[in-house]
Amino acid sequence: MELVTTFVNRTGEKLSSVKWKFRMTPMRWVFTGIAAVAIAVILVRFVLGLGATTNLNDQWPWGLWISFDVLLGVALAGGGYGVALIVYVLRRDKFYPIARSAMLTSLLGYIVVVLGLLIEVGQWHNFWRPYVSWGHASVLFEVFWCISCYTLIQVLEFCEVATEKVFKGAHKYLKKAMPVMLIIGITLPTLHQSSLGQLFYLFVGKVNPLWWSAFLPLFFLLSSFFVGAGMIIIESTLAGKALNHKIDISVLRGLARISGGAMILYLILKITDMVVRGTFANVFAFDLPSILFLSELVLGVIIPIIIAFSSLSSTRKGLIWFAVLNVSGVILNRFDVLFTGMGKHINQYGGHYFPAWTEVIVSLGLVSIACLAYLFIAENFNILEHKGSKVDDYTVTEKLPYATTAK
Amino acid sequence: MTNGVLVDIPKCVGCDSCSVACKLWNELEWDPQEKSKTATDRAKEPNNGLWPEEWTSINRYDLQKDGSSVWRYVKTQCFHCEDPACASSCFSKAFQKLPEGPVIYDQSLCVGCRYCMMACPFDILRYEWKKAIPGVRKCQMCATRVANDMEPACTSVCPTGAIIFGDREQLLAEAKKRIKENGYVDRVFGEREAGGTSWLYISDTPFEQMRFRTDVTTMPLPSYTEGYMKATPFVGVGWAAILAGLYIFNNKGKEPLD
Repeated sequence: MELVTTFVNRTGEKLSSVKWKFRMTPMRWVFTGIAAVAIAVILVRFVLGLGATTNLNDQWPWGLWISFDVLLGVALAGGGYGVALIVYVLRRDKFYPIARSAMLTSLLGYIVVVLGLLIEVGQWHNFWRPYVSWGHASVLFEVFWCISCYTLIQVLEFCEVATEKVFKGAHKYLKKAMPVMLIIGITLPTLHQSSLGQLFYLFVGKVNPLWWSAFLPLFFLLSSFFVGAGMIIIESTLAGKALNHKIDISVLRGLARISGGAMILYLILKITDMVVRGTFANVFAFDLPSILFLSELVLGVIIPIIIAFSSLSSTRKGLIWFAVLNVSGVILNRFDVLFTGMGKHINQYGGHYFPAWTEVIVSLGLVSIACLAYLFIAENFNILEHKGSKVDDYTVTEKLPYATTAK
Repeated sequence: MTNGVLVDIPKCVGCDSCSVACKLWNELEWDPQEKSKTATDRAKEPNNGLWPEEWTSINRYDLQKDGSSVWRYVKTQCFHCEDPACASSCFSKAFQKLPEGPVIYDQSLCVGCRYCMMACPFDILRYEWKKAIPGVRKCQMCATRVANDMEPACTSVCPTGAIIFGDREQLLAEAKKRIKENGYVDRVFGEREAGGTSWLYISDTPFEQMRFRTDVTTMPLPSYTEGYMKATPFVGVGWAAILAGLYIFNNKGKEPLD
């Protein structure tokens, strides 16, 4: 599918037009299909309510949508602020080529989170209440403000990219504002990533001691930072296949090592936490929570550290193993904090929750929409090949017989 | 003066008058699914027999005491914490602790995130899952009655004096007197639990056998996140300043990235 939009300039004589293209592949049809079913379910949810479309109940008021779309979505989008910090603030220019794609993934991740939240909350039309009715004692208040402001900042940051192609007049102003946006855009996620962990600190005595700790904010912050490398490796591998673009292996390996450093810090903190609170008996009880907790640490942290700092990370295969283990570890962690962590307390008198197919399809649909949006943006804007500013080569200046045409 | 209610568990005969009074005063709908359950069923339900339209319920426990079997009826409803977790967890101030005692909820401010339901130390809050525009539901301790010097609907109809409304301090003294006189379990549930609650329970049978959360913290729950929220603005500004400094330092004499 190709679309050409044409702008007639003021004199009405010279035509300049911008090309838009989107190639449909079998995979993209699958994404579109899932997204279509998800949108249908979302419509049903808005008409009939949460009871009709989810298995949520009074014992489990939080379920898949909170854990997957929000907790996990925000964590996995952490690569954006991480790379912004490394590239723009610390000026590790080596990682510059991945900056735009990492920040785009983050933006799309946050849009999914915001959409997911709107679907998840009961009175979605009231979403703006916390802006005027300040429940500032609530950790969620901080999360809400930071996520919404950060999403806006990311949209503006993307506008800087987009104005290379459309509305070019605004480009130079956006470029001037970039340093400020970057600094705000690193501060906000640092705050809300940690606050998402702190949310669970209020559930005193309800969360398994393996996951309930005063270090929760630090654990959430550090893991959102180190999962960035894994996400970028997975994303660049998939996008590399789909869009014929390969990132230099030394860049990815460098990222894996930065991430490995953060993981070592995380591991030290986790062990300190076990010592301080004396939870070794729980850790090595080898019941279900203990096994999940240990797999988080061994498979998701320790093995990736070994890969990152050994010759195993010198091949793409090794890096993919690093990424898959690392990302799976964080996914497991976020599910554990909610489901494994709170299951014993909530289910003690027969509470039960397992996500309905409608919940699963909405979560998958939101991810599919993000993937399609990523592919469209990567194909139409200067994201993957970006190494520096260049005169854009999208514009075709030729006489066209009609203003807008779809080929 | 802050009000409270004292529940003397052995005095309750399980007549359910309080539940009926609650339904009538608060105009709660009658749902066959909720009302077909007996007090024994409700004691085994995951939700204690509390539904969106059922703000209080009587649970019956068959227990052993001094070698003979006894029935004990426990009235369940919101405990109305002195420093409530639901109010501190709400990011849009939909919950409020009134100076007279009740913890009340205003649906017009509610976004529906259900953080309050997760945060409640006694898992009391219920949600209108069946509605397209749902709200949180719980006992409001008849806040409009209490504000006008009346007692809540439930206590006003209790025929045995098992639930009495009054000044919390006085009720606490009365509770301790009754514990001594009647040889009850030496604990007023609600005196210190979750930092203290407006509803106080005394009993002659162990609380843990009647689904009371006896291991609940005695610290007010909001105190767990208070310091964090107070520090956040300073951490945010400080971190932004550090980032700005690093940005300027690292970009000095370098070609700007674009």
